[in-house]
Amino acid sequence: MTKDEIRSGILRALMQVAPEADLSRIKPNLRLRDQLDIDSMDLLNFVIGVHNEFKIDIPEADYPQLATLDGFIDYVAKAQGQKQG
Amino acid sequence: MAEFVMPQLGADMSAGKLLQWRKNVGDRVERGDIIADVETDKADIEVEVFSTGTIEKFLIQPGEKVPVGTVMALIHEVGEPTSAVPAPSRELAPAPAPTPAVAVLPLRREPPPSTAEVTRLHISPVARKLAADLGIDPASVSGTGPGGRVTLEDVQRAAQAQAAKPSVPAPELDRATRMRQAIGAAMARSKREIPHYYLSTTIEMSRAIAWLAQENLKRSVEDRLVYGVLLLKAVAMALREFPELNGLWIDGKAMKKPEIHVGVAISLRGGGLVAPALQNTDRQSLDELMKRFRDLVQRARAGSLRSSELSDPTITVTSLGEQGVEAVFGVIYPPQVALIGFGKIVERPWASEGQITVRPVLTATLSGDHRVSDGHRGGLFLAAVERRLQEPSQL
Repeated sequence: MTKDEIRSGILRALMQVAPEADLSRIKPNLRLRDQLDIDSMDLLNFVIGVHNEFKIDIPEADYPQLATLDGFIDYVAKAQGQKQG
Repeated sequence: MAEFVMPQLGADMSAGKLLQWRKNVGDRVERGDIIADVETDKADIEVEVFSTGTIEKFLIQPGEKVPVGTVMALIHEVGEPTSAVPAPSRELAPAPAPTPAVAVLPLRREPPPSTAEVTRLHISPVARKLAADLGIDPASVSGTGPGGRVTLEDVQRAAQAQAAKPSVPAPELDRATRMRQAIGAAMARSKREIPHYYLSTTIEMSRAIAWLAQENLKRSVEDRLVYGVLLLKAVAMALREFPELNGLWIDGKAMKKPEIHVGVAISLRGGGLVAPALQNTDRQSLDELMKRFRDLVQRARAGSLRSSELSDPTITVTSLGEQGVEAVFGVIYPPQVALIGFGKIVERPWASEGQITVRPVLTATLSGDHRVSDGHRGGLFLAAVERRLQEPSQL
């Protein structure tokens, strides 16, 4: 799976929790919570969405790695690689 | 014949617009069935029926906006004789017989009269101020006091009568504006009528956080808990010891409620908030509470709450910790008599047994109604919440 495909999947999951957000304006290296009005319930639903999209486990201890869109993409890419490897 | 009326879904609702009927005349309905969708200033609500029987007649058509208490449909109840009871026409239906929960006060509709105008009237200062606050022209109020003096009660009566009148068609405001007006009116009423007192306490959260982290390690992502659920359960369990805080103030009297239905303040996308109930909060397991909390947040933001969820809360919990706020001193949502606030979990120096360490702490607050409780009981209540959070496995 390419990083663009991962990015699309993550944005699909994000759209589910913040449907009003203009995803094209998200800066990939800034904290998502600073750019979108999302709370811990939204974050949990977002993580569930990503989990369902990519079929990867995301332990709570890894949440800090998921603060930005870039962080999310790297995390999923790594998890996908580990799954296949 | 049972009357299905426009429900009052909170102190900030005075009227609602019927969007659609979900049933037809002749359909059988059971208590709890959703039979209509109603638009309020804050959200679109699925409205449940509280009778079991057959729908006899609709008195209101989709698109009509009517005051709270207006009879919208007639339901022939199970076991009722079939002899035709004359159905009230819309004209006969006394428009708003407001639910006993709240006397609806109208939004300001007219500019207050000039001072010169008012000073010529025989009216008490407090009544004059209330009239100005409510946009009531004192000259239009019949005085029942000595010598025809307009009293506070006269103004209140006039305000209720004004609320009861079908509203004069006005330019349609967008929902965000209407929501702010509705919230503003309810909060102004709260601050005017409820003698608030405020308390706060700092709760050490190490144990709760450590327990939650361990617990979530064992769970799949769909089953994880958020710490807000621990707070809700701790509040609900503590309320069992302080039933006076779990109730309503109706017609000048406190009414303790046997069930604990914690209303949770949920911010809406695009602004505003609603505070629907997590019914029987104290009796739910953390898993069940989490499931229902997730569902409630999603439905609140998607605009598909049910009427009972908005009319049931017996107390409200609000948390602004995620917005970086350290302490929330909230305004009680009438007719409730207490509101609990939680701030952000922050690390602070913590002195215990002669040692200073850094611990995660949370500020919990209570806004209480002095007509029902006092600082002594309120303080004990916050201590009970704190105690519950020190034993998270017992929640």
